[in-house]
Amino acid sequence: MASASRPPVDTPTSGVAPQRSDRSPWNWLLLVGIVLPLLVPLYNRVEPRLFNWPFFYWFQLALVAVGVITTSLVYRATRRSSSDRQAARDAIARDADAKSGGH
Amino acid sequence: MDGINAVELTIVIVLFLLVTVLGFLASRWRRAESLMHLDEWGLGGRSFGSWITWFLLGGDLYTAYTFVAVPALMFGAGAAGFFAVPYTIVIYPLVFLVVIRLWSVSHVRGFVTPADFVRSRFDSPTMALLVAITGIVATMPYIALQLVGIEAILKAMGVEGDLPLIVAFIILAIYTYNSGLRAPALIAVVKDTLIYLTIIVAVIVIPSKLGGWSAIFGAAEEKFSGGAGVILPATGQLGYATLALGSALALFLYPHSITGVLAASNRDVLKRNMSALPIYSLALGFIALLGFMAIAAGTKPISTDGNTIVPVLFQQMFPSWFAGVAFAAIGIGALVPAAIMSIAAANLFTRNIYKEYLKKDATPQQEAKVAKIASLVVKLGAVLAILGLNPQFSIDLQLIGGVIILQTMPSVALGLYTRWLHRGGLIAGWFAGMATGLLLVYNIPKTAVDPETGAVSVVKEHFGGSSFALSKLGFDTKLTVYAGLIALLVNLLVAVVATLILRAMRVPEGIDGTEENDYTAQREDATVRDLPDPLASAPPGLEGGARAGR
Repeated sequence: MASASRPPVDTPTSGVAPQRSDRSPWNWLLLVGIVLPLLVPLYNRVEPRLFNWPFFYWFQLALVAVGVITTSLVYRATRRSSSDRQAARDAIARDADAKSGGH
Repeated sequence: MDGINAVELTIVIVLFLLVTVLGFLASRWRRAESLMHLDEWGLGGRSFGSWITWFLLGGDLYTAYTFVAVPALMFGAGAAGFFAVPYTIVIYPLVFLVVIRLWSVSHVRGFVTPADFVRSRFDSPTMALLVAITGIVATMPYIALQLVGIEAILKAMGVEGDLPLIVAFIILAIYTYNSGLRAPALIAVVKDTLIYLTIIVAVIVIPSKLGGWSAIFGAAEEKFSGGAGVILPATGQLGYATLALGSALALFLYPHSITGVLAASNRDVLKRNMSALPIYSLALGFIALLGFMAIAAGTKPISTDGNTIVPVLFQQMFPSWFAGVAFAAIGIGALVPAAIMSIAAANLFTRNIYKEYLKKDATPQQEAKVAKIASLVVKLGAVLAILGLNPQFSIDLQLIGGVIILQTMPSVALGLYTRWLHRGGLIAGWFAGMATGLLLVYNIPKTAVDPETGAVSVVKEHFGGSSFALSKLGFDTKLTVYAGLIALLVNLLVAVVATLILRAMRVPEGIDGTEENDYTAQREDATVRDLPDPLASAPPGLEGGARAGR
């Protein structure tokens, strides 16, 4: 470990780390935030105005909110159990301890 | 401008000194990490928690140049300049699932650069070299452009000569040399506070001085009445959408974005950030509209330099002391991405060119030393580029940068999902995409419309933009498309055809250095390890080992 800054490419990791998947039907929700802002004809108009802003401008700023909501929903829906997340935090703390203790 | 504005300059200097001190403290904090209880900020370990990642990626992706150039574009070209908003909305859902795969595989296999990944995944040092060169070439003008942002505020303050620019970058060079990513991460916090303060004040104060939003949009409507007013012409819509999509695809391929992603402490931090980062896009929308405010205020750029529009507008609208705060925000905003970019470019050079081709048996200490020197050289190169070259040239180069970095998409981004493309196919596709992209951008002229007669004249024959007119390919249409996207399609097409041919000829595909479960690894897994701190004085293994148990 001390000699290599890069691991040998053939280190097997299957069997060491658990099999997981990032697949989830919730991921399809991400498409909303990708497709909607690219449908320019949908919002390339002046009316209706909002607070004197042409539609083109306020609608695109409103799409920021759509992006935030969809990604937040996907994050929430696909979030790991709290014990898993705690395990990740523990691992970060343990490595930090190992480092500062090692000096 | 006649003379130097002393109040503005004093405020800018004081705030610059403040971040300089912060930059140096950042390296001290590192050493005293167990004493300072910085764990909750994510600064305790080598990796960053949610908040710091938000500031770091925000400072990394929304650069000073953006803040100066986007309103300048709105001022000059109208609605088309607003593409920056859909661009920065689309990007996060687009990369939401991609960056976590990149984080996982990099933390299992110890990848620090996109080229590290490509080398291992496709067993191809050649493709890795191409990715590394593309990354460095695309990043250099990006750093130089950050200086264009600083130059714009210096011009507005009436400061003459190159010395201030050189001093600013010497400071930057020294503190990133000492504290790696930590300095930009801390400075990003200061920068964002100043930026948000400026925007909030600007959005309240300026419209009230100009007679409200209807007057602002009205002035823009009048200026662009020869075209489609404050919306896009029918023929500009495809160009607008493809530019937004193409820029979004390109952004996370830049080595500095990847450096920011890899610095996150775990996957949850990244996922959370993909929904929190769009807050910057909201700010960017308001910043873009500063261009229209400048139209309503009758702002005149200094000596036809469009980039000075925002600084001059601030001087018109704000008292000197607050204009100084705003200028400092832009100036400091330039230092953060410039620091991360030079770190990323240095890593590419050290790991994928120096270690791979120049000195295969380099010790970790030599590697770290070369990385530090390379980051200095990169910054020096950027300063020399800005002093010696016309700023327009760096803008051209940056334009090309976006087009060429997109050509690493098949190997870097698709590679995270599939190994179907043959390494030879990727190389062939890269060359085809690169040639197409450069040819297209070379053939885009810059045109200007005479406000009196409405006559269109060509100002610049080549590299005049990135929107390619489809009529040049023989189509009977006035539509334009983002050149980078056409080049990417050619790249993919060639890669697929070459893959089929190479596979039929049974050319060896190499051995995949990664495994499927590497891409979903979580922080607590036994396979995951801390990455070497960019520019850290010693790589992992020497520094007590990333994981004590192994």
